[in-house]
This record gives sequence, structure tokens and C-alpha cells, in this order.
Amino acid sequence: MNIKNKKLFLKMLRIRMVEECISKRYSEWKMRCPVHLSIGQEAPAVGVIENLSKEDKIVTAHRSHAHYLAKGGDLKSMISELYGKETGCAKGKGGSMHLIDLKAGIVAAVPIVGSTIPIGVGLSWRIKLKKKKNIVAIFFGEGATEEGVFQESLDFASLHSLPALFVCENNEFSVYSHIKKRQAKKRNILKIAKALGINSTKLPGDDVTKIYNLSAKIIKNIKKNSKPHLIIIDTFRHLEHCGPNNDDHLAYRSKTYIKKWLNNDPLKKIEKKFLTSNCMSNNDLNTIKIKIEKEISSAFQFAESSKFPSKRLLLQDIYAD
Amino acid sequence: MQIKQRIITFAEAINEALEQVMKKDKNVIVMGLGVDDPGGVFGTTKNLVKKFPKNRIFDLPTSENAFTGFAIGLALGGKKPVITHQRVEFSMLSMEQIINQAAKWFYMSAGQACVPLVIRLIIGRGWGQGPQHSQSLEVLFAHIPGLKVVCPSTPFEAKGLLIQSIEDKNPVIFFEHRWLHITKGYVPKKYYKIPLGKSKLIKTGEDITIVSFSYMMIECLRIDKILKENNISPEIINIYSLNPLEMNKIYNSVKKTKKILVVDNGWKNYGIGAEIIASVNEKLGKIMKILCERIGVLQAPIPSTRGLAKYSYPNKDTIIQVIEKLIKKKIKVSKKYNLMIPSDQPDSSFLGPF
Repeated sequence: MNIKNKKLFLKMLRIRMVEECISKRYSEWKMRCPVHLSIGQEAPAVGVIENLSKEDKIVTAHRSHAHYLAKGGDLKSMISELYGKETGCAKGKGGSMHLIDLKAGIVAAVPIVGSTIPIGVGLSWRIKLKKKKNIVAIFFGEGATEEGVFQESLDFASLHSLPALFVCENNEFSVYSHIKKRQAKKRNILKIAKALGINSTKLPGDDVTKIYNLSAKIIKNIKKNSKPHLIIIDTFRHLEHCGPNNDDHLAYRSKTYIKKWLNNDPLKKIEKKFLTSNCMSNNDLNTIKIKIEKEISSAFQFAESSKFPSKRLLLQDIYAD
Repeated sequence: MQIKQRIITFAEAINEALEQVMKKDKNVIVMGLGVDDPGGVFGTTKNLVKKFPKNRIFDLPTSENAFTGFAIGLALGGKKPVITHQRVEFSMLSMEQIINQAAKWFYMSAGQACVPLVIRLIIGRGWGQGPQHSQSLEVLFAHIPGLKVVCPSTPFEAKGLLIQSIEDKNPVIFFEHRWLHITKGYVPKKYYKIPLGKSKLIKTGEDITIVSFSYMMIECLRIDKILKENNISPEIINIYSLNPLEMNKIYNSVKKTKKILVVDNGWKNYGIGAEIIASVNEKLGKIMKILCERIGVLQAPIPSTRGLAKYSYPNKDTIIQVIEKLIKKKIKVSKKYNLMIPSDQPDSSFLGPF
């Protein structure tokens, strides 16, 4: 187990622990905004984003916490944003669904399905016009591929050969609607991309190391040749679509499906690898967890002790001067 | 000695504004369906392809929603895109990007990122363009905080407002009425700007306040001549900026005239007239009695046939009827004002299809 793997593992672990803390403390009713938690979906975020430089940019959608943290978004600003405080990354005006950290290259997260896909393409177009070697990674769920803008955006990225990485995280469910109810059996996102002239690859969603290694090559290629690429990564959200709880008592996902994914939880898998390979003892892991817990707890404390934005902020920043 | 003023058309003024602003700022790019075609969007983008490289002015796929998103992405990266839709209606496909994204970006990023973007929307009318090619729809955009909405009515305004709109850091919806493109007027050659968020007092008067914008402003100016012959002196205010809307000039005028007529370019219901008259009454209703009327397009889709469409739009006669009601006086219209132009043409030279 090398240093890179340790980094992947620790990043996933930190995201999981942040999300679990949000889930646990949500019932205090102090975070009063919709939350779409990333628990279970850390691997695609960490595996892909670990290959991006600080200057590379990402845009994402409603389930964005993992992307934000993986790209280096400030934790205190994120938790404060969920608390609606003025120290939040958008001064409380956006909430969980509008995380932003421009310094870290997190341009936007928006909850209208598919909407950041064309915006990401526009950003990558700008990079190309500037003749820079960076890329934009555009994260979206499989539901977004049902939107018109998905195809419109791929078409344009292909036409102008733009440095964009389209990352489709397929958790099979749009709220409660299974992909089978929404997409024809023979419909194939990889083939849709190929038909539009865009290379596409499926990456194994249960293995963060493989996601990292395979996307490394793809990203290198995009940077070298300025050609878009689409990847699909199957993944699984542990909790409900929106909110802090598990909702599997509603039985909209089959028990075998749930079990298959829980047994293959990419975080647990890589953790097990570390513990069994003698690279990390239980004690080491506990020390790491305590350190992360401290960081999280201080972020929550920061959010709690921050002030709500003053009334004048309501009418501020409607128009730029 | 009188200096001869340069007279050009509204479309030429738009073209000149685009050329000058593109020359001045290399970040300005012009994009839209057909912007580089031989016709150049009714002449407004004509010849720009010859003067600028392909990455400054270019055609797009028929993907209105996506390309509005592309433009937002470009704007976030420091470009200043100008999107052109040959009809207002095509922008309906991009309302998600305009209303949810562009309009709110500065706010939801708490002032960290702005979207300097101009969307030119052309309003059609006449020659049987029908339900989906002749809507005005300014109010749909004016309703949204975060958008600026601009409606020039003269070539002079067209150039100065377009330059200012492109220099502005916010998304600006720029309405051009198709019937204005052929109108002519004085336009300075130099680079000049008209500030957004203002209204303009066109003419001072005592008897009635008339507020209008875009093409209907021109109709109101025609009527002004008739009113003058009847010794009626209207105060005319041009609201070329619908959002932000400057109300002070209107308040001051109504304080004097105690009568207001708003001539809308679009439908009357829930329209600009409703907004202005409500504001006037909120401000002045307690201290004086104000007579109010509003005129707009008849509350129905606009049909293709000129046999019906002629009833959709307000015209000289219907506007004069309302003015008579407000000032309680008969207005005599001399025969010379009865133009012999069919109702579906702005002037005799303007023949379709367009």
C-alpha cells in the first residue's frame, strides 16, 4: 500500500466522517437546509479529483459534499453554509446545494439536474481559448443524462474539442425512481457519448485505486490532446436521496442490491486492505480518526458560534457594480 | 453653421456598437444562431465576421439552453459573451439557464463571481408571424431580480445602451423590436454609453403623463403630434430600462398632471402598466387622486392572419380613445395622420417574409 493509496483512503475517510457527523447532528435542527449526503459515493469523487491540479476546475450538482471536500473546499465554510451563517462559503445564501470555493477550483454546485454540464463546458471552452493546459471536471448523476442539455453539451464539447471530463456517477436512483423506469434497456450512456464523437470509459465504482489510476490516464490525455472524455462510475448512496436518514424501509431498492454494495463499500474495502497489509495498525487508524474528529468538531463549533448574516445582506450582491 | 448630423438605422447602430465594443475589449464575443450568416441577423451583425477572427463571432448548434450555459461558463472565466436570438421565443428554451443560473449567480456566490452576459432578443411583429414569432415577453425577464432588462426605442439609444449593457457586469436582456431595426436617427460615430437603470423625460407637458418603451414609444411620439394640434400637452417618459426601473421621473410628472397612461409593448395583464400604475398609487395615491389607464396587446395569442392581428395591437386610434377618456376631451385627428400602410407593415418598404 503506497502513499497515494493512503491519501485516497484518508480523503474518503474524512468525507465519510464529515457526512456522518452531518447525518448525526441534523436532528438538532440547526442545519436547516436540504442535504444530499455523499455517504457511499466517496470513491468516484476522491478517485477522480485526486488527479486534478489546483488550477483544474470542477462543477457539480446537488450531491456535492464529497466533490467539494475532495477538491480541497474549506470545511469550516462548508459547515457554516449548512448552518446558514455569514461565515459560510456563500454567506448562507446558498446552503448545502450551492457550495463554492473558488480558491480551490470549485466553481459551482447547483441542484437543477444537468444545469452545470453546459456551464462546465463553457469553462472548458474558456480554458481552450486561453490555450491553457487545465481541464474542467463536470460531475453529474445518471439522471442528468436524461436532460437535453447533456447531449447538447457533449455535442459542443466534441465539436470544439474541449478539455472537459464528464463524470457520470450512476447510483441508479433519481430520488425513488429506478433507472429502469427512466431509461430504455438498450440505452447506453457510453455509446451516446461515442455517437457524439466523445471517448467514453466505464470505471469500477467499488475500487478507488482503480478509479484513480484509470482516470489519471484519461485526464493526462485530455490535457495533452484537449479532447473531451466521458466516464461512468457505478456507485451507491447509503442514505435517502435527501436528508440524514436511511430510508430502505420503504423498499424501493432490493435487499440483494443493497447488500451487494454494502459488502463492496469502497471505503471499507480500502480500510481493510490497509489493516491487513501491516501498513496501518488499528491504533494508527484510531489516531487518524481522532484527528479527523477534532477537525470536524472544530468546524461545527465554528459554524455554531458564527453569526447569521445581517439583514442588509439580503439585498446585497443582487447586481455586480 | 449647422453641423449635419449623421443619420443611420437602428440595425446599423447595433452593428456599430458591436464592432466598436469588440474592438475596444477583446473579451467581447458575439455568438448565436446565424450571427455569421450573410444576412447578419437583420444586418445587426453584418460584416463582423470579416473584421474579427472566428473565435470572436461564431455560429452555434441549435441548443439554446446549453449554449446559454456555455456563455455563463465563458463569462465566469472573464469573457463577455453577447448571445443573439433572432426571435424572443427561442430564448424560452434557455429560461432555466437565464433565470436559475445567470440571474442568481452573483447572489448565490455571495458576490464572489459575476456573469457579464448580454442576451439580445428580437421581438417580431407583422407579416403573419403568428403566435410564436411575435411575442414581447419583457415582463417575464423584468420580474427576475438579478437580470437587467433594456428596451431601446431609437438608434441613438440602441448604440449607447448596447455598449453599456456589454460593459455591465450582470446578465442584461436586450430587447430589439423588429420594426425598429429600419428606423433612422442621429447616432454619433464615437463610442458612447447610456447608463442603465434610468428613464428619460422625452418631452415636458402639463396635461397627461404618457409612459412607454420600445416600439410603442414611437407610436406615442406619432400621437404627440396629433395631441399638439388639439392643444393637449403630454409629458412623455421613455422607460428604456425596465429593470432596474427608475420611477422618480414618473412620480414627479404625475404629481403635476395627475393623469397617467402606460402604453405597454406586450400584453396588458400583469404587465408593465400594472407595475407602474401600482407604484404610482402606492407613492401618490394617498395625497392626490390620480386617473390611470394602461394599454397593451389584447389578452390572446397573436394570430398570424392580419385580418385578426390588427386587433391585437394598440394603434393610434385605440390609444387616442383612451387619452380622450383620461382628459375628458374630444381629440380631432386630421386626415393626414391616417397612414395608408397595411397593419402588418411598419412602413411601405418593409415587405416580408422576415
